[in-house]
Amino acid sequence: MLEIRDAGITFAADKRVTLAVRNVDLDVPDRSVLALLGPSGCGKSTLLRAIAGLEALTTGRISWDGTDLAGISVHRRGFGLMFQDGVLFPHRDVAGNIAYGLRRTGLPNQEIHSRVGDLLELVGQPGYGSRRVATLSGGEAQRVALARALAPRPRLLLLDEPLAALDRSLRERLLADLGSVLRSTGTTAVFVTHDQGEAFAIADMVAVMTSGSIRQVGPAAEIWARPADAWVAGFVGYSSVLDAQAAAAVGSTVPLGSGALALRPAALRLDPGGPLTGRVTLVTPAPDGLVLTVRINGVGEVKAIAATDVPLAVDDLVRLRFDAAGAAVVPGRDDLVSGPLVG
Amino acid sequence: MTASTTTRRSEPPLVVDPPPLEPAAAGGLDRRLRRFAGVAGWVLIAGIPVTMFVLFFFYPVGSLLGRGLAPGGALDLSGLAEVAGKPRVQRIALFTVWQAAASAALSVALGLPGAYLLYRCRFRGRTAVRALVTVPFVLPSIVVALAFRTLFAADGPLGSWGWDGSVAAILAAHVFLNYAVVVRTVGASWAHLDSRPAEAASSLGAGPIRVLFTITLRSLLPAIAAAFVMVFLFCATSFGIMLIMGGSRYGTLETEIFRQTAQIGDLRAAAVLSILQLILVVAVLVVAAAVRRRGEATLRLRASVDLAHSLRWSDWPAVLVTSAVGVLLAAPLLVLVVRSLQTPTGWGLGNYRALTGTGESNVLVTPVTDALAYSLRAALLAAALSVLIGVLLSVVLARRPARRAARRAVSGLDAMVMLPLGVSAVTVGFGFLIALDSPPLDLRSSPLLIPIAQAMVTIPLVVRMVLPVLRAADDRLRQAAAVLGAGPIRVWWSVDLPIMSRALAGAAAFAFAVALGEFGATSFIARPETPTLPVVIGRLIARPGSVNAGMALAAAVILAVLCALSVFLVDFATGGRRGEPGVGGF
Repeated sequence: MLEIRDAGITFAADKRVTLAVRNVDLDVPDRSVLALLGPSGCGKSTLLRAIAGLEALTTGRISWDGTDLAGISVHRRGFGLMFQDGVLFPHRDVAGNIAYGLRRTGLPNQEIHSRVGDLLELVGQPGYGSRRVATLSGGEAQRVALARALAPRPRLLLLDEPLAALDRSLRERLLADLGSVLRSTGTTAVFVTHDQGEAFAIADMVAVMTSGSIRQVGPAAEIWARPADAWVAGFVGYSSVLDAQAAAAVGSTVPLGSGALALRPAALRLDPGGPLTGRVTLVTPAPDGLVLTVRINGVGEVKAIAATDVPLAVDDLVRLRFDAAGAAVVPGRDDLVSGPLVG
Repeated sequence: MTASTTTRRSEPPLVVDPPPLEPAAAGGLDRRLRRFAGVAGWVLIAGIPVTMFVLFFFYPVGSLLGRGLAPGGALDLSGLAEVAGKPRVQRIALFTVWQAAASAALSVALGLPGAYLLYRCRFRGRTAVRALVTVPFVLPSIVVALAFRTLFAADGPLGSWGWDGSVAAILAAHVFLNYAVVVRTVGASWAHLDSRPAEAASSLGAGPIRVLFTITLRSLLPAIAAAFVMVFLFCATSFGIMLIMGGSRYGTLETEIFRQTAQIGDLRAAAVLSILQLILVVAVLVVAAAVRRRGEATLRLRASVDLAHSLRWSDWPAVLVTSAVGVLLAAPLLVLVVRSLQTPTGWGLGNYRALTGTGESNVLVTPVTDALAYSLRAALLAAALSVLIGVLLSVVLARRPARRAARRAVSGLDAMVMLPLGVSAVTVGFGFLIALDSPPLDLRSSPLLIPIAQAMVTIPLVVRMVLPVLRAADDRLRQAAAVLGAGPIRVWWSVDLPIMSRALAGAAAFAFAVALGEFGATSFIARPETPTLPVVIGRLIARPGSVNAGMALAAAVILAVLCALSVFLVDFATGGRRGEPGVGGF
């Protein structure tokens, strides 16, 4: 089990000190997958490199099964690391890349050979062993990189945005394969991504990170249902956060306490008999309907959804109904943002 | 491979508990020990080259400067001003600078069209032309000097031009030697230069000439400046060319140092001149570094995209200039070969056959063939030595340590390695002569003396060829290897070495060629009974006699062929022509 306690990393360059990571506490139990989710530049990759041993902690400690990793150099940790783009060794063929980490294990050549074959099959590239690395496509290279990382049976696999460089359909296919490989091999993994869809699809636990610190840790469903603050709500797909007054104005009866109400577009539906009236300011087609931006008096601009077949134009007046299934309560300790969130 | 996998699918192959983590940090002692071993390893790796530089560079050069500046043991700087104030010294310093600047400017002007043609255009035989253009660069300066002297001699093919012994002839020889530097340095950048800014400029209404000057050449400025500086330095420290073609009328600081030490025996003047030259070279390097820092951001490259296009009609100026340069490159070599086949008794191989002898009126102590064998042995040793030391240095210099003290040490080492480029080879050679002649370091009769001196000249070249490749390599490759369990030694062996193997092989061949043709330092320390081929050529042309002149030409042809061959064979064997990384045995 990986334990991170009060981890902090600072960079000093050109007389400027940057706090890349601060006060991070995380646990990754054996055979589970943790996603580190955050926008680019939030420090998630730095934290991952620190776990691998490629960056030194300024404060705190990272340990494995109670052993502090600080004194153990990269090559003795027995972790695997996968980069955004394969970083395969250009002077070795595919089999040579996968076998690289097996040399240390002292396996006989025969064994290495068959294991390389197994791994290629596992990642869906059987028979690729003798291919030159330069001839692989981006997706193939990532599959080989995954096989290479898994080959020495790492106690922990670290994945640094492994799908970010691929196009969308390939990314979805590879994401599904990656998930099944991690589950079938029982690999403990930390998966860094800026894409909430990826994080929620693959991880048992998600840690949402921004500006170097962790805002919330929990299973995907919990982060969806109870985002820790307005920022997290915005990052995982909530489009507006309303204070108590505005929440009442849209007809919410959800008890808020001192908190606020976060809305996804689905929280407001177009309904001719609905109690709310708003003016359309933007119509955006989406796969399963229209997403509207609507201005409601006393609330501001919010998102709403409508069926595709409704003829709508900007400046139309529409009637809406609140649906609590698309809303979540945000605890009220952070600064509240009313209206649509940016970014 | 697939056959064996299908049969083994039944058992889940990958669900295995990982081996236990070695508790490396159990006690602080183990960690400290390992860290101490690491530091000790680095010190040892850096220590061998440093010792070598101290013994065979700083000590000899320091002895020479010491004898010049502190003749009685006490520092006497009055001579500095006195020597530097002499009109002759000032004239020579000025000539050194302006002829180097003119040579560099000419090389750049003629080399830019060549760089464009050979790296941005595609045509049949391009690889062959690229290779041929490189030939002059690997030729020994004494061979080039002899070829140009033969070309412009009063009875030579271009004797009517009246260029014999003129500045024009010297500049031509310098351009001949350094054309490839410009073509290769600028071409390498041009090949990957992003063409989109130029396209954007065209769409904004800029004509082709304006695009060329305001966008393309402006973007290439760092590479152009780098090539200019390199050619400038080569020409400012030019020795063989100036000694043989300049005669008594023209000289550089380097030939003047030679005159003061070997002919007049004024060590003080020589020391002052050496210092002047060092100041000149360091000043140029400092300016160049400043220019490079400012310009680097402007160079936008797109790696691994073939941006070359087929020849177009609008390329005619580049074709014209490059063809003309081709004639300039070919003519002296052709004349050299043709003249070497001309004997007093008609055409034939007489000059080559005479190489088994000691020349007309026995001007040589040993037959030229013996000198050839000795040269090959010495150059081989020098190349091996410079590769060994060069690899050790590159291991250290490629590192970017986190600690400031370590970073300072690395950049200090970097500067130390480049110093021999700035100190005249003549100074090094003469320093060897006066410093390494008494115990504990009496190497006068050691067969290693010449290889070591040559290695001091070639080590910086090896480092300069290998280091950029290592520094440009994606550091994440090393990280990937380390994460997969490779320790520092295996990372070097399995990542760094394969990455640099081709550059290293090329550097080894280049070091061999340069050592084979080295003239400045070797001319001081070669003993009469074991001369090298360039020294023999120098002796033959300094003595009268048509047999001696013919032998010099024949020896020069052999030397040229050996140098060119060594570089080509290695380039060919390591797959340089296909642009692939060297044969992957790792």
